[in-house]
Amino acid sequence: MTIQFNEETFRDDYSFRNSDWAIKRFPFPFHEDSYMYSVNMEQHRGGPEGSVYEKRFDVDEHYVSEMRDRAIVLADDPLRCQSLPHMTLAGWDTLELIMVSKSEDYPDLFELHRDGDRWRWINKPMGIDHTFTFLDETTLPCGPLEYITRQAQGDYAVLDQRNDMLYMDAGMITTQADWSLDFDIGMDFFEWHAPVPLAHEMGIFKRALKFLLNVQQGAPARRLNWTMTVNPLLDTSPENYHKWGVQKSTLTPQNIGSKQHLRVELQTFYRLPRSNALLFPIRCYLIAFQDIVTIPKWGRRLHRVIRDLPEELATYKGFIDNRPMMLDYLSQYDDGLPTSPGVWPDLDTEPPLQK
Amino acid sequence: MSAAPQKAKAGAEKIEVEVSAIVPLNDLVTRFEFTRRDGLPFPPFSAGAHTVVEMNDDGRTRLNPYSLMSDPADSTKYAISVRRDDEGRGGSLFMHRKVKVGETMTITYPVNLFPLDLRGRKHVFLAGGIGITPFMAMIAYLERMGGAWELHYACRSEALGTYVDELTSRHPNKVHVYYDDKKQAIALEDLLDGQPLGTHVYVCGPQGMIQWVHKTAAAHGWPDENVHSEEFLAPQPGKPFEVRLCKSDITIQVGEHESLLEAIERCGVEAPFLCRGGACGQCETDVVEADGEFIHRDHWLDDDDHASGKKIMPCVSRFVGKTLVLDR
Repeated sequence: MTIQFNEETFRDDYSFRNSDWAIKRFPFPFHEDSYMYSVNMEQHRGGPEGSVYEKRFDVDEHYVSEMRDRAIVLADDPLRCQSLPHMTLAGWDTLELIMVSKSEDYPDLFELHRDGDRWRWINKPMGIDHTFTFLDETTLPCGPLEYITRQAQGDYAVLDQRNDMLYMDAGMITTQADWSLDFDIGMDFFEWHAPVPLAHEMGIFKRALKFLLNVQQGAPARRLNWTMTVNPLLDTSPENYHKWGVQKSTLTPQNIGSKQHLRVELQTFYRLPRSNALLFPIRCYLIAFQDIVTIPKWGRRLHRVIRDLPEELATYKGFIDNRPMMLDYLSQYDDGLPTSPGVWPDLDTEPPLQK
Repeated sequence: MSAAPQKAKAGAEKIEVEVSAIVPLNDLVTRFEFTRRDGLPFPPFSAGAHTVVEMNDDGRTRLNPYSLMSDPADSTKYAISVRRDDEGRGGSLFMHRKVKVGETMTITYPVNLFPLDLRGRKHVFLAGGIGITPFMAMIAYLERMGGAWELHYACRSEALGTYVDELTSRHPNKVHVYYDDKKQAIALEDLLDGQPLGTHVYVCGPQGMIQWVHKTAAAHGWPDENVHSEEFLAPQPGKPFEVRLCKSDITIQVGEHESLLEAIERCGVEAPFLCRGGACGQCETDVVEADGEFIHRDHWLDDDDHASGKKIMPCVSRFVGKTLVLDR
């Protein structure tokens, strides 16, 4: 299909909207009526047609506006994109992976023409037509990681792998759920995960590290993570907490349906071929509560998950204070009927709301 | 995230290749070059990576890891160099005697357990015999990127000096060769003492050489993380033994000349693996019950794990005793 790109903002007047198409393909993260941490990895090799899992790097109606928002964040704070000196090759790996994937997966939007090291990249939605020399930084306006991730939705952490450990040694982080690349740069896997509650005790990170160290070339993996965001903000960074944190107190029973968003991260993991680094794209999808509840199964399930979530997790995810108001709203969309297993909307088989 | 989690496949992704050239280099070592059957370029790889070559030897499947020694920038071919081991289990003999130009083979995507530390200001390579192969790719990479390196290469004799001529003519000031039969030896202590801060040392060769380098470097105050090694172990033959696989609910026999992993696979049980040489950790298996002695040969588990009797690496390790039950 041809994508109609939205004209929308993720700040100030918050004109961000999901179309019906975007609502139905939203990566709803709960496969059952409760939630607890798990490593929940699966292979990232396509998915149902039209779903966000189908392509290696999903492009949707928010693409152009998200890239505009990223440019605003970078103009204010260039340290959102960093790459330690030994990570330049991994940056080229990332550029190659994204250009090759997008030009193959979306030939009507992106073209890559390669003649040896002479590459021509055409990005139609953003109006870019650029010829450069692969592995020669002087032929790009900025480093390879910054260049390509200014043209690709989602955040990108680039992890160096050495001595059986991963290090946060490069990244482009502007759409994050309250963590900072500038703070985490150079940290190892356990250091940057230190603030997460419960999961350490459960051995989650030890198992996750073991899995990630063994992600192999040609066999990418994926998982989902989620949190809550008031207003459709992409940039919920610690650097700007003074701007967005206070917005959590603006929720009212009247505006919660449009203001409160479920924020889902589609996290993927690629072994980069030339550098042996691990690329960790974190793609953020936002959906307003009032849009989730148009899918009856999701409305029922979200209510049950939020209601039964352990207090530590609701605190860590930053919505413990607003949870009662969320439950008041969501309970209207839970009639107590059972839900079908799995994450899909199942609109044809799940009954409409019975109240 | 889906209702039914997908099971991870055993081994890395595979590529169908054709043997495009077989180049004998000396009495023991032969280079095999591969092109892709589908005509696509090979995936780029990082220097130090290996591929696992699948051999169909009269109905018996052999899977042996070999370092990729071609230039990582050349996506038209992959090359490996194989040393013939007349005493071994037969993989290298199969490569040397049975494989012909034009044949189809299956190899895996590159897997790197021996990467360059890209932070290194300088890279010192110590090769023993066939251990030269990963350094061929590392040297090609560093030459392209303008990295600092030097190679110290110990060979048995001039006649068995695989790639010595090529290396010394291209890089006369960076390559130093030592011949055993001329009683030449790497002056390791002097070599380690003279290196600038930020130097990384890499060793690939026989087990004794690897231990010697780690020990000497540690004694000279080198941090462990600046000393890198890779050694693929071939599974060793041993007395046959019986194993109970409790998840699969079968009891299998491990023959004298097969590994525990091979026996598990032969009985139709899918088990994870990557390197098949005791280095990568993929095949780590929990021991449910054991009455006997483990013969641990891997580099993956630490001494405590080995002593605990709770884990085994079935690619290279064996067991002698009455009962062994594995969680597989």
